[in-house]
Amino acid sequence: MTENATLPKTGIIGHLSASVRILAVSMFICCGAYSSLLLIAGKTLFPGTSSGSLLDVNGQAVGSALIAQKFSSPGYFRPRPSAVDYNGASAGGSNLSPASAALRKRAMETLAALGATPANPAPADLVAASGSGLDPDITIEAARFQVPRIARARKVQPEKIEAVLDAQSASKSIFSGSQRRVNVLRLNIALDQSCR
Amino acid sequence: MELFCGLLVLAIPALLSRPLGRYMADVLDNGTVSGKVVGLIGGDITRQPQNWKEYAWSMMLVNILMFAIVTVILSFQQGLPLNPDGKTALEPSLIFNTVSSFVTNTNLQHYSGEVFMSCFTQLFGLMWLQFVSAATGIACLAALARGLSGKTMMGNFYHDLSTATFFILLPLSLLLACILMAGGVPMTFDGAAVVKTLEGATQTIARGPVAAMVAIKQLGTNGGGYFGPNSAHPFENPSAITNIAECMAIIIIPMASVWMFGFMTGRKKDAAIIFSVMMLLLVVKVFLAMNLEHAPSAAFAGLPVTSSPNIEGKELRFGPGTGAIWAAITTATSNGSVNCMHDSLNPLTGLIPLAGMWLNVIFGGVGVGLINMFIFIIVGVFICGMMVGRTPEYFAKKVETREMKLALLALLVHPLLILGGTALFAATPLGASTVLNSGSHGFSEILYEFTSAAANNGSGFEGLGDNTVPWNIATAIVMLLGRYVPIILPLAIAGSLAEKKTVPETSGTLRTDTILFGSVILGSVVFIGALLFLPLAVLGPVADHLSSAMH
Repeated sequence: MTENATLPKTGIIGHLSASVRILAVSMFICCGAYSSLLLIAGKTLFPGTSSGSLLDVNGQAVGSALIAQKFSSPGYFRPRPSAVDYNGASAGGSNLSPASAALRKRAMETLAALGATPANPAPADLVAASGSGLDPDITIEAARFQVPRIARARKVQPEKIEAVLDAQSASKSIFSGSQRRVNVLRLNIALDQSCR
Repeated sequence: MELFCGLLVLAIPALLSRPLGRYMADVLDNGTVSGKVVGLIGGDITRQPQNWKEYAWSMMLVNILMFAIVTVILSFQQGLPLNPDGKTALEPSLIFNTVSSFVTNTNLQHYSGEVFMSCFTQLFGLMWLQFVSAATGIACLAALARGLSGKTMMGNFYHDLSTATFFILLPLSLLLACILMAGGVPMTFDGAAVVKTLEGATQTIARGPVAAMVAIKQLGTNGGGYFGPNSAHPFENPSAITNIAECMAIIIIPMASVWMFGFMTGRKKDAAIIFSVMMLLLVVKVFLAMNLEHAPSAAFAGLPVTSSPNIEGKELRFGPGTGAIWAAITTATSNGSVNCMHDSLNPLTGLIPLAGMWLNVIFGGVGVGLINMFIFIIVGVFICGMMVGRTPEYFAKKVETREMKLALLALLVHPLLILGGTALFAATPLGASTVLNSGSHGFSEILYEFTSAAANNGSGFEGLGDNTVPWNIATAIVMLLGRYVPIILPLAIAGSLAEKKTVPETSGTLRTDTILFGSVILGSVVFIGALLFLPLAVLGPVADHLSSAMH
């Protein structure tokens, strides 16, 4: 290493002042201006989703269409298992290895709670926890699996629940393949409206 | 259907990358408007040509300033504005880790964004570094390209950094952020929403300026998300469409970097060969991951569950197979964002992200991926030279002892950091007491953490309880060494090559723009990678797979 070339021609003060200027301007533009611009665009173009896709029932926010919430009463559809107990302020997955005994134990408990039997196996998405712990959807099969329990709890015909389910389920898309999904919170809101 | 998704997220960025690469080369080398703007911001110093030492010196100076500024922001976030949820100061070793992580374009996160960070910290600290650290990578590749074209003056770091920030990363991020907002990603400075659920309970839903940060973290191979679960979180990635857009955003600038190198050096055929080698490796990686992840979760065997591919740690809305595709792409590049939990991938699938980060050249980080590949190319050239008994040449310059010494040093830093760190932490309670899963999967958690830090990737087997003082300090040091050594040494090589006199190309010259040379690069990447890391693969994911198959 030669010593002379490492010292820049302009002197350290010149370099420092240029660096600081560039960094300050980049912070102003890439953080301040960029975020403000997006904030305004979001507020005007996408007012509902830019503030978190909140859903109202009778003027009261009951949750977000994108965030699963906990349902434990038998009369509601339940979302996928959550490693964080549906904590919308601290999301996360189980991080268990799919080959681990810990996951098998948790799955057995979940299956017992669901009442799954070899003759009536539970759909996998009701047993496997989601990555965020906040997956708002379940598969249509997972919803159908819960229909008998909900019909009993609400004392209505299963056909009526099925009808609500059909109306709420998303159609197949090119991206989802053969899998049809339904948003649990929207489904439960619709259920409350039609099967009191 | 899965196949369609896989092809889509590889083919569209591949097609768009060439025009983008041409634009990047153009704006960095001949941008007149951008040059004026940058001159206005930085002053006359941005027009002074720098040799490799001056360039590297300026790069380090700016990066040290970035480090200092964000350390201050993280230490005093409780007193700064835009803190609607009243977040408090972080523990010092976590600050050191987080700043190192974002300055080095790694974005390893030992914290959970929505729990620890205020809006201000996320935007003006972390997101800011996502812009300028990515720009640092692009700038250094531009310098390398100029050096290899024979210029001892490799451009000006201040000019390149500002140009990459304002004229490459910023417009692309604006575009992607708008697409994401249209897809449902929130963008708000309001604090968490507190709602009364249908069952009458209270749920607190963290929100924030998510779209702004997600856009640049995808584009700049940063990967550090607003929320803990990254792009698996519904607010970061609300639908199958946003998932595809984010997935393509991961790979587009790393791909374009290769073409940029081709246009700047005027050796477009060389770039096409390098691109093809990287693409081949990426395609293999993506399809292997999809295939392996199609297997059901071993823990559910024999239980009354309908048969399904492994969906533990995955979200339904992206569609089947997309977790594996993303996992392969995010670790081929040094992005490190995730849309499913890598700890819950099937044991053998977990090997695919690890392999990507071990090689760290399958497009790699913005700019730096190709800088890493350059080392393998020099080694490939050298091996070919040895085979025919001729002094090896690259871009019409003789590659001699000094360059080879530097290249081997650069090559060995990466495995040394991974193997040394893993050995230390796996053998002592420093790491052994922090794993979530037992046995070889626990070993994989430690191995993954060091691999991710050394590769400046940032993804993790998140079961690891990594917010401890030893983990924070060790991975911070690994990230810093894993970032700056493999940038500075190649610049030194390019500087040394540029000073030599040009040798005329003859019929005896090894041509580096042929398919034959492409297979030489492929060979050096695969064989060197395999020799360095196969034993680790066997101890971790392979042993994990075999022991789970025996149950």
